[in-house]
Amino acid sequence: MSDKKSIKETEDEIIEAFSWFENWEEKYEYIIELGKKLPELDEKYKKEENIIKGCQSTVWLVADYHDGKIFYQADSDAIIVKGLVSMLISVLSEHTPDEILNSKLDFIREIGMMSHLAQTRSNGLVAMIKQIKNYALAFKSVNAENIVQ
Amino acid sequence: MAESITITPTFDVNEIRKSFPVLEREVNNKLLVYLDNAATAQKPQSVIDALSYYYSNYNANIHRGIHSLAEEATAAYEATRVTVQKFIHASYPEEIIFTRGTTEGINLVAYTWGRQNIHAGDEIIISTMEHHSNIVPWQILCEEKHAVLKVVPVNDNGELLMDEFHNLLSPKTKLVSIVHVSNALGTINPVKEIIDAAHEVGAVVMVDGAQSTVHLTIDVQKMNCDFFAFSGHKVYGPTGIGVLYGKKKILENMPVFMGGGEMIKEVTFEKTTYNNLPYKYEAGTPNIADTIALKVALDYVTEVGKSNAKKYETELLQYATEELKKIPGLRIIGNAKNKVSLISFVIENIHPQDIGVLLDNQGIAVRTGHHCTQPLMKRFGIPGTVRASFAMYNTREEVDKLIAGLQKAIKMLA
Repeated sequence: MSDKKSIKETEDEIIEAFSWFENWEEKYEYIIELGKKLPELDEKYKKEENIIKGCQSTVWLVADYHDGKIFYQADSDAIIVKGLVSMLISVLSEHTPDEILNSKLDFIREIGMMSHLAQTRSNGLVAMIKQIKNYALAFKSVNAENIVQ
Repeated sequence: MAESITITPTFDVNEIRKSFPVLEREVNNKLLVYLDNAATAQKPQSVIDALSYYYSNYNANIHRGIHSLAEEATAAYEATRVTVQKFIHASYPEEIIFTRGTTEGINLVAYTWGRQNIHAGDEIIISTMEHHSNIVPWQILCEEKHAVLKVVPVNDNGELLMDEFHNLLSPKTKLVSIVHVSNALGTINPVKEIIDAAHEVGAVVMVDGAQSTVHLTIDVQKMNCDFFAFSGHKVYGPTGIGVLYGKKKILENMPVFMGGGEMIKEVTFEKTTYNNLPYKYEAGTPNIADTIALKVALDYVTEVGKSNAKKYETELLQYATEELKKIPGLRIIGNAKNKVSLISFVIENIHPQDIGVLLDNQGIAVRTGHHCTQPLMKRFGIPGTVRASFAMYNTREEVDKLIAGLQKAIKMLA
């Protein structure tokens, strides 16, 4: 059995971590640190079909499906976006399509990072979340087909 | 004749700042440092008041009404046309056509003059440093007419390669459409030389004045351009109002753009005759309030004195350039000899967007990205830049805040 936490548990952990920060500098230093720690995506995955193009920065997203769970890998050329991407991956990866589809991702608001989602044209984050859910939807229907067969 | 005495009004930035209420606001608990003026300039209180006063006191549709409000509104609307005429030194008020902005002005020319005069095999010259607004309309036209788009390259300093420009000119050249001041680099282009040379081969010249009108004295007659377009909101005026200047002779012979009210003389189902200039190009109810407020903005600039503002902005540019150059790893993109107060830069191993986010948290507004000049960014091999653009209300203290903000951002990202 995997010791993967539920989406809600991971979200709560992030909210808890952010509650300790006293100013914006500490918040962003943490996000930047997460961005740096997230392993760079293998060059072979950095192809056109995996790009989620923002107006300014680029996000790459790859999804794998096995044992009923989706495993995401992602990267960005801007480090703050990459830090936010890292959080999204830690929350959503290794969950079932249904869990992912039902997630509300309230933690983004809770930690005061909604402004990054408002910049819809510039950083590709909103498009990334949409794509994460699209994968979940696609894998879910594959799953359903298999059951029917 | 009596000896004329020129009194240069003193330029007091603190007095000027008082006219702009937004400069008093805080962003992320810090006093706003607004350095995104090339995107849009802030508005003086008088412009804001003019908008409010219009709607509170004499809102009416213009030109055809016979009641008092309509007369007042028409008079104010037409007064702006005369002010614009003087502001850019056009020969006649009817050479001033109100548009939504520079983009619409360029498109108007492309869809009217362009469709009438560009034919298969003709050539249109633009440059590498054009804004997408001065690329795409011509691409659309060239595609439709099987004409050819030629591009003047730039050197590493971000200046046009004028030899290349002269080489591109030929009897096939029908139009040159060139940016007066680059929005991404700040470069002031030698438009007079371009216009004279283009006229030699019989080409018409359009100047994109979106960035130049706020910084430079514009004299369309001396410049001798055939078309000139600018946006009100970059000259401390409202958004949604712009100007297209065209030489009267050319405008008179151009086909109409949009059909509708105001632009007609007589409509029957058999045939419609069109109104005279400039109304021929102002179909429908125009943007009355913003047009009226544009006059107030231009009056404000004239009152401050463009040369005073330019002198001050140039000092600010020099100071900011010197200070930015001290930051290790920072590279200024655009080092032309003639520049307006705008600096684009990149910092080694840091994405411009990260800088933008961290500056915003310190109350500093800059623009990051490709600035709608993707071919230019490609030319410099970068995805985008950080751009700080200064207006006459910016100060040396604000430059210092930018430098400190950058140092902090770099430290956080290291």
